[in-house]
Amino acid sequence: MASRAILQSRQGISVISGARWMSSWWKNVEPAPKDPILGVTEAFLADPSPNKVNVGVGAYRDDNGKPVVLACVREAERRIAGNMKMEYLPMGGSVKMVEETLKLAYGENSDLLKDKRIAAVQALSGTGACRLFADYQKRFKPESQIYIPVPTWANHHNIWRDAQVPQRTFHYYHPATRGLDFASLMDDIKNAPNGSFFLLHACAHNPTGVDPSEEQWREISHQFKVKGHFAFFDMAYQGFASGDPERDAKAIRIFLEDGHLIGCAQSYAKNMGLYGQRVGCLSVVCEDEKQAVAVKSQLQQLARPMYSNPPVHGALIVSTILGDPELKNLWLKEVKMMADRIIGMRIALRENLEKLGSPLSWEHITNQIGMFCYSGMTPEQVDRLASNFHIYMTRNGRISMAGVTTGNVGYLANAIHEVTKSV
Amino acid sequence: MASSMLSLASTSPSSSLSLSDNWKVKTKIGGFGNAFVKTKSFGRTTMAVALNVSRFEGITMAPPDPILGVSEAFRADTNDLKLNLGVGAYRTEELQPYVLNVVKKAENLMLERGENKEYLPIEGLAAFNNVTAQLLFGADNPVIQQGKVATVQGLSGTGSLRLAAALIERYFPGAKVLISSPTWGNHKNIFNDARVPWSEYRYYDPKTVGLDFNGMIDDIKAAPEGSFILLHGCAHNPTGIDPTLEQWEKIADVIQEKNHIPFFDVAYQGFASGSLDEDAASVRLFAARGMELLVAQSYSKNLGLYAERIGAINVVCSSSDAAARVKSQLKRIARPMYSNPPVHGARIVANIVGDPALFKEWKDEMELMAGRIKGVRQKLFNSLSAKDKSGKDWSFILKQIGMFSFTGLNKSQSDNMTNKWHVYMTKDGRISLAGLSLAKCEYLADAIIDSYHNVS
Repeated sequence: MASRAILQSRQGISVISGARWMSSWWKNVEPAPKDPILGVTEAFLADPSPNKVNVGVGAYRDDNGKPVVLACVREAERRIAGNMKMEYLPMGGSVKMVEETLKLAYGENSDLLKDKRIAAVQALSGTGACRLFADYQKRFKPESQIYIPVPTWANHHNIWRDAQVPQRTFHYYHPATRGLDFASLMDDIKNAPNGSFFLLHACAHNPTGVDPSEEQWREISHQFKVKGHFAFFDMAYQGFASGDPERDAKAIRIFLEDGHLIGCAQSYAKNMGLYGQRVGCLSVVCEDEKQAVAVKSQLQQLARPMYSNPPVHGALIVSTILGDPELKNLWLKEVKMMADRIIGMRIALRENLEKLGSPLSWEHITNQIGMFCYSGMTPEQVDRLASNFHIYMTRNGRISMAGVTTGNVGYLANAIHEVTKSV
Repeated sequence: MASSMLSLASTSPSSSLSLSDNWKVKTKIGGFGNAFVKTKSFGRTTMAVALNVSRFEGITMAPPDPILGVSEAFRADTNDLKLNLGVGAYRTEELQPYVLNVVKKAENLMLERGENKEYLPIEGLAAFNNVTAQLLFGADNPVIQQGKVATVQGLSGTGSLRLAAALIERYFPGAKVLISSPTWGNHKNIFNDARVPWSEYRYYDPKTVGLDFNGMIDDIKAAPEGSFILLHGCAHNPTGIDPTLEQWEKIADVIQEKNHIPFFDVAYQGFASGSLDEDAASVRLFAARGMELLVAQSYSKNLGLYAERIGAINVVCSSSDAAARVKSQLKRIARPMYSNPPVHGARIVANIVGDPALFKEWKDEMELMAGRIKGVRQKLFNSLSAKDKSGKDWSFILKQIGMFSFTGLNKSQSDNMTNKWHVYMTKDGRISLAGLSLAKCEYLADAIIDSYHNVS
């Protein structure tokens, strides 16, 4: 039979009868570079030093450096355990969870909600929400680009790239002041072609922790109107920035007041500690209910060949908590506690550095907000922190304040001082 | 100008709302143009401002999903006799969803342990990845012993297929995937959205209501060398028609001959015969030949974990080095899709498969579920044979395997099933036996006979 005779494989190597050796299809597959953020944790885990500190990935830790499961989450899980399992969620996910989630972003009494003008689907946390939107943008505005702030969460670039939406950048962070480069930001908004798509961090900008002030947001919103730009908000830290979810949604509310039809990605990874559950939401504000129904159907159409329908467990936790006033209050308290601890650590880190007599200014540690501090350290300094002090952070100098504790803040300050004092 | 713009922006919320209402002009800008229009002066300043016209003005309603849309239609039907034979979700004899006892036990264990909810690594839960590959290939399989399998947790079958499709698009640009005719409706969507070209190979023979084996072999032979051949590991969806082991050997022969890559979709391991090992025979046969292959798995049906979205993509490579590289690239595809997979379902599977007592319990429950379906097939066949006087051969119902049966009904006949008999199924004539009870077999037989004979 022909198949048993000598065959020529594509690489020109003979396969002798009886032998089944084949050269691999995957010869051309190179090892992928390590993910810059998640790779940090891998390196940390591999380090045997007892003094090691992980201020890399943005996952909240308590003052003992331990992961936290919120009490409201434990209670919700207790309630849902063993309940009749829902079968496949609809493609758009849990309706109840989405409803509650929209209230958080848009306001409990939002007219947009009453008028059913928001197309919304449950998404795979913030990443999934951004990706769905990027794919949607590609499909329905194929000639558009996305303007992304510099810097931003690294995965934003991956997301819009894999969705094949061309990217441009706009000025955001001002290295000299370690604050917002507002003038350049406004210039970029003005100079972008009318009707451009912009990615904005609603609060607690990642990685810089630098947010526009309320006044600045109003100006941005206004200029967006002049230019007819589309605002896509990535809100991954609602509640985590100030401790108050309503306050953290201010930027979005300003845009809504001004009549913008925005898009929004929301995540419960940090503010409910549901990291591994992958719970989030993508919403797109529409002109009317009819359009919202159409847009939602198209979002579902994009989700179906990606994962069919989203996972239920995390969604059930969220809807159980937000649907019960007592649990919701408990959650609000716990979120505030997490935010307060971080604010406390910011103060402590700054004070420690100042006490050590650092020649540099560390004001930005307490000026910045949310989980991250953009320290201003160079990649070389970051590398030295790892090799000499077993302190792990991403090479852009971003410190996850959630990883700082009363136990390690002194050590951390000392190490930072050591690598920066001779600058 | 700047100051007046600023002052306009800082008016109180209510007044700016009414301003924007005034600006809501009904003129048609034209679908995707920018919404940049001059308005009339409001006394303070005349300027061009954007309207509340959506950029997504021209978006039309997407068609309902042919499978998931069936359940929606069923829910809307108020008739007492209605029967949902649409989506392949297992039901008990009482037509209730079923949570396996082992799953409840595993979840209680997890609750007691109070594990944290940290991010999984991009590739998923290590314990899950280990057990899922072992379940598929057998723990003592050389490909596992030699580290030649790249396994990445995926979002059930769909998500795992999508990862593989993206890998194909990236590393085999232009390579085609061959899918069976017919196949699960979402396969095409997955490859379309991943921008992987596909074509069909003959599979279902309407004349015999069986496998068109020669057609299948011919089409696989005719495909350009190095194509990906999508195969259903067991319990073919939607037909329920599986090749015999002998036929699998011949399929493997022709795939090797043409230097194709086998790509298995295993969504029903355990559900076909009732035995997890037996249902993995086709995959193991290919692996035993030293072939490189792709295998997507799902725990939606066999562990009833539908909504948890738990599955895996496995790539068997000829070396452990290749496997490591492939795994790293799968991770790179997953990161901008969802960063890392959901933890809950993975922990359930790892706990069950990793514990001998729970694993045995699962196997027993699996046999019960598959057994119920076999029982229902028998009753349906008996009812059809007894009621149908035309002499038509209904034995294909017994020969087919798994959750689905391809009835051979065409679209009009399927519509008749729904419109006249309130039996919900997909338009390709597929019924899900998992949604059928012994009690309803007679009614269903009546509906099928009527639709088959009286509707063309």
